[in-house]
Amino acid sequence: MEEQFIYIGLAAAFGIFMAWGIGANDVANAMATSVGSKALTIRQAICVAAVFEFLGAVLAGGGVTSTIRKGIVDADLLADSPELLIYGMLAALLAAGTWLLLASRKGWPVSTTHSIVGAIIGFAAVGIGVEAVQWSQVTTIVASWVVSPLIAGFFAYLIYMSVQYLILQHDDPLAQARRYVPFYMFLAAFLITLVTILKGLKHVGFDFSVQESYGLAAIIGAIIAVVGGAAIKRIKSDPQAEKKQHFHTVERVFAILMVVTACAMAFAHGSNDVANAIGPLAAVVSVAQSGSVAASSPLPLWVLILGGVGIVIGLATFGVRVIATVGKKITHLTPSRGFAAELAAATTIVVASGTGIPVSTTQTLVGAVLGVGMARGIVAIDLGVVTRIFISWVVTIPAGAVLAIVFFFIFKLVLP
Amino acid sequence: MGNVLGNIFGSSPIEPLEKHVDLAYQATKVLNTFFDAVVKNNWEEATSAHQKIIEYEQNADELKKEIRLHLPRNLFMPVPREDVLELLLVQDRMANRARDVAGLVLGRSMAMPEPIAEEFLEFVRRNVDAAKQARKSVRELDELFTSGFRGAEVTLVERLIEELDKIESDSDSLEVNLRASLFAIEEKIDPVSVIFLYRIIELTGEIADMAERVGRRLEILYSH
Repeated sequence: MEEQFIYIGLAAAFGIFMAWGIGANDVANAMATSVGSKALTIRQAICVAAVFEFLGAVLAGGGVTSTIRKGIVDADLLADSPELLIYGMLAALLAAGTWLLLASRKGWPVSTTHSIVGAIIGFAAVGIGVEAVQWSQVTTIVASWVVSPLIAGFFAYLIYMSVQYLILQHDDPLAQARRYVPFYMFLAAFLITLVTILKGLKHVGFDFSVQESYGLAAIIGAIIAVVGGAAIKRIKSDPQAEKKQHFHTVERVFAILMVVTACAMAFAHGSNDVANAIGPLAAVVSVAQSGSVAASSPLPLWVLILGGVGIVIGLATFGVRVIATVGKKITHLTPSRGFAAELAAATTIVVASGTGIPVSTTQTLVGAVLGVGMARGIVAIDLGVVTRIFISWVVTIPAGAVLAIVFFFIFKLVLP
Repeated sequence: MGNVLGNIFGSSPIEPLEKHVDLAYQATKVLNTFFDAVVKNNWEEATSAHQKIIEYEQNADELKKEIRLHLPRNLFMPVPREDVLELLLVQDRMANRARDVAGLVLGRSMAMPEPIAEEFLEFVRRNVDAAKQARKSVRELDELFTSGFRGAEVTLVERLIEELDKIESDSDSLEVNLRASLFAIEEKIDPVSVIFLYRIIELTGEIADMAERVGRRLEILYSH
């Protein structure tokens, strides 16, 4: 009985460390777009991120968590030695955490998702046996890493093209912006809410019918659009600034829209990435409490909350600075483009969360930014850096795997 | 991780390009002061004006090099990188011509013959106007990028460039008249000076030509 507390305690510590790391580092990519385009101040961004990361984690984080927890390793093979799953999950958490710490020290662009998935595959394949990995599931996940940036890019392309067509190319872009931006707000709120209700909420114990879900999402979308529309009405044009940049006021209208998409982005990020920290934790808790791998106990809510809290702490301690740094670098991404990228990425990620697929938030967002670029929306994108980002995940998977294998054998020796 | 998103954006050439065209225009603008002084035979003032032109031209040159450095080949831009560099080049030539003209006049301490002085000053002013109109057009670059090179903004720039072309053809006809006036009095001036006066007129006229080419390059940028 002693042991189970040690296991849970260790897993909780590693899990919260991982969540802290996600909050400290990863959230910056989700929020910096809004800060860089001055849609939000840093203080506001932190508040938005804290609230919506937490909501995303708790309300819609269940799907991916359950994939990380029991979708990659075939637990049935471990029926006789459930402690192996515990060692493995602990090793995976520690490996991913270590790798992320190293990578962010060195400034390598790596993904939390890739390191944890790589780590779990590593300990399962080597520590237990190649047949312990559910390869079909892994194939789906890896395929989604290729597909999610593409889909987000395509969405972003369409959204930004529509913005150009409906607003930016008109004689009076400001009037057009005032007219159409509330629709984009509706779209953002509607899509995120709908996917969350349809796919995510069942993990938390709510159950709506399909009609109810659509109705509820439409109501929430409408509320956001009306509130946002009112905020847009209050924007006055500044002739002085307008003289220098004709789109000055238009961008300020988009900045309000971007507050909405920033919330969506934080929510999406929370819903997908919290699992990287608490998926393994949930697996450890379940095995340690029941003593068997077979029991399909539901995900305890406190685990989700722990993950949410960890992210918020990371955000408050280190995330602030990272957001400020990144925000300063991406001032080219004005609200009219930033929102398109965020909306596309957030929708893609939330759909992935609903389906229980762990995707990389950063890569999805990079895909979306490229999509805006394809629509001639961005002045200059450094393709060298983009290539490095996409190469880095190939490196991250084996790196996470090797570290996890090492930790796994250490735990096997050391732990009771 | 945190710095990923920050690094994928290359540095935008728009602002530097707008600044560069401003420097080029400033260099040509000093020509007005320069020739006013030359006509008045005030060589002290002419020298200081020449100094200013050189300063602007050098600043423009440095900025030009910097822009080129920050436009590596693996940059993904909505317009071809070559077209941006070509625009930069013609902008730079406006400043170069201003420097050449002032340098030549100062180097030979060339006096402007009284009968054509007024006409010449007007010709210079018209060329400077062309450079100014080129600056005005290039300053729309960032709006052009924002609107994706389509729609109302393009119409606006088209109008600016039309105006630029008008100024250039104006300057052309002034040049023709000026040559005729010079021809009428050239026997009274020493031959070497006459040759150089024609040369000065030609070089000055190239400022408007370059300004017109700035307009052409802009058109190529947005008509892709």
